[in-house]
Amino acid sequence: MGQITLSNVKKSFGNIDVLHGINLDINDGELVVFVGPSGCGKSTLLRAIAGLEKITSGEIAIDGKPVNDVTAADRGLAMVFQSYALYPHMSVRQNLAFGLENSKMPKAEIDERITEAARMLEIEPYLARRPGQLSGGQRQRVAIGRAIVRRPVAFLLDEPLSNLDAELRVSTRAELAALHARLSSTMIYVTHDQVEAMTLADRIVVLRAGKIEQVGTPLELYNTPANRFVAGFIGAPHMNFLEGTVSSVQSGNLVVALADGYQLAIPARETSLEQGARITLGIRPQHVTFGSGDKSIKAKIKLVEALGSETVLHTEVAGQKFLVVIPGQHDLASGMDIDLSLSSAPIHLFDKDGHRI
Amino acid sequence: MGRAAAFILRRRGGKGWHWTDIVTWVWLIGGLFIMFGPALWLMFSSFKTPAALAEFPPSILPYTSQQVSVEGHDKPLTLYDVTLPDGTTKKLAEVRRIGLFSQMVDPAKPDETIRVNINSRKPVQELSFATENYTGPFVHFDFFRYLWNSVFVTVMATLITLIVNSMAAFALSKYEFRGRSVAMLIILATLMVPLSVIMVPLYSIISALGLFNNLWGVILPTVATPTGVFILRQYMLTIPDELIDAARMDKASEWQIYWRIVLPLTAPALAVLAIFSVVWRWNDFLWPLIVLSRKELYTLQVGLSIYSGELNVQWHFILAMTVVTMIPVVLVFIFLQRFITTGIAGTGLK
Repeated sequence: MGQITLSNVKKSFGNIDVLHGINLDINDGELVVFVGPSGCGKSTLLRAIAGLEKITSGEIAIDGKPVNDVTAADRGLAMVFQSYALYPHMSVRQNLAFGLENSKMPKAEIDERITEAARMLEIEPYLARRPGQLSGGQRQRVAIGRAIVRRPVAFLLDEPLSNLDAELRVSTRAELAALHARLSSTMIYVTHDQVEAMTLADRIVVLRAGKIEQVGTPLELYNTPANRFVAGFIGAPHMNFLEGTVSSVQSGNLVVALADGYQLAIPARETSLEQGARITLGIRPQHVTFGSGDKSIKAKIKLVEALGSETVLHTEVAGQKFLVVIPGQHDLASGMDIDLSLSSAPIHLFDKDGHRI
Repeated sequence: MGRAAAFILRRRGGKGWHWTDIVTWVWLIGGLFIMFGPALWLMFSSFKTPAALAEFPPSILPYTSQQVSVEGHDKPLTLYDVTLPDGTTKKLAEVRRIGLFSQMVDPAKPDETIRVNINSRKPVQELSFATENYTGPFVHFDFFRYLWNSVFVTVMATLITLIVNSMAAFALSKYEFRGRSVAMLIILATLMVPLSVIMVPLYSIISALGLFNNLWGVILPTVATPTGVFILRQYMLTIPDELIDAARMDKASEWQIYWRIVLPLTAPALAVLAIFSVVWRWNDFLWPLIVLSRKELYTLQVGLSIYSGELNVQWHFILAMTVVTMIPVVLVFIFLQRFITTGIAGTGLK
């Protein structure tokens, strides 16, 4: 079992509030990713769950039992640190055994668990080595191994891939996903990388400035972001935002005036918008195509990034930055004027406070 | 060899001499004489006889004048190279000296006395090592007892110093508590208090505790050193906190974190402090002299002082025993310096 419940968790360092009342239910066996920009409190929240930081108020419960006053050692959780935090003076085997020896486990069982974890993570040949003699990827596995041998209620992973190079990160990410499927235990994963969050998570928790902005599956967050922040944070390259005002509301149609006098008709859902209200349109760069027509805008190319499989265009639309990702290769240069069609793009609408409409 | 020579002999001026090359050489060679000269002089002088030590001008190597037994004289006579008035040189033995003249005798013809001006004779000298400077004290000086006392004081004081100071340093570097920096400041401030200021109160404490004339009375007041706390704390600050968090997650008690994680990682700083502590305690003179008044409790440094009496200083014994007392310190340094330079092999962190 590994069900973790956070109720109104608050944390402040001195008079700086870092977490402002976090409410979250993490189900058994779920892989939850905390994602957010640096300084949003995601690591602090993880350390609070681990028991390494005392929370100022609220309650953390594991499997229904409040653990506010339980020490980190006795919460039954295991943590993988960003720097791996392997004990440099101990061999890999000793690193794995340290936690088990401390809980007075019989030696035979320690050996058995280490052998099993080492086989699972393919670190058997390195058991006698010290962390200093391992590569970054191998250290990473040892750090995960140290968590696995503990057979914890839940795994807490604090940006475990951030010290790996790009290629290794992709492969280790896949291995982590496989590991989660195999162990089927609860994992809480902290990252600032939204690609990691999207690929690994059962559910993503987007944090900003110590508050939860949205909780949901990766596609929920991608397709229906609750606010402008989540919309901008999830997806790469980030979503385009065009500021405008509502110029007329007709049944089934909403006409938005952009800064330069562009008029854009959008099929409106039920809306209580009034004429003249400030509004933000959110359009993902991948959903834009070339073409003129009734739902098209004029753009001026500022920069062309040809990636081979796709072309990223940095353009300006109505005086605002606008990114376009077009599949394939195109003969375009900066300074050119092009027509972009939004006819196939889902358009997200946000009100003046950034909330989804 | 070729590379070492190239390294030592390379010059900034390339083929020529830049002025910094000259300054460097003068500085380094001068430094060599200043640092190494006294040690060398001490080594050689420890093999000199008392007479050779008193000689002027002093020599570096231990020379002694050659002696010869001559028929008709009870004591051996000193042999001289004498330049005779006719310009020939001869080896003669001196019987006695009267004013500016010396009565000399040819060892081959003991009956004939020759009067020689003292300026025209030179003693015949030979290299000789007075090893009795070393063997003598072992016989009529309780060297091994003093050595044992010194070793006991040094080893115990160093061990306790390392443990006590590392505990203080651990708390001051890895625990957040109110007044942490104030505590550190106060500890450092005690560096400014010299021993002579606290000698009398310290003596009353030792006396009240009944540690007078007890080796523990020498050991205990010295074990908490601000320097040690400072060295170890600065080093422990470089140990990442994540390691300690990891150990906490691994169910390690605070004691285990200190003993199994922090202490092994502090080894280089502990080696530095161990060297300092060994040198301090081994060379301590004033405090042991105050606390220890019974001869069988003397440490080497205090024991050695019995050779400098009120009227007569037996320099030859003092020099020889100084060389002996230097040996352990040098050995400790050679042994521990590896730990300082190697540090920890790998860090396990990125």
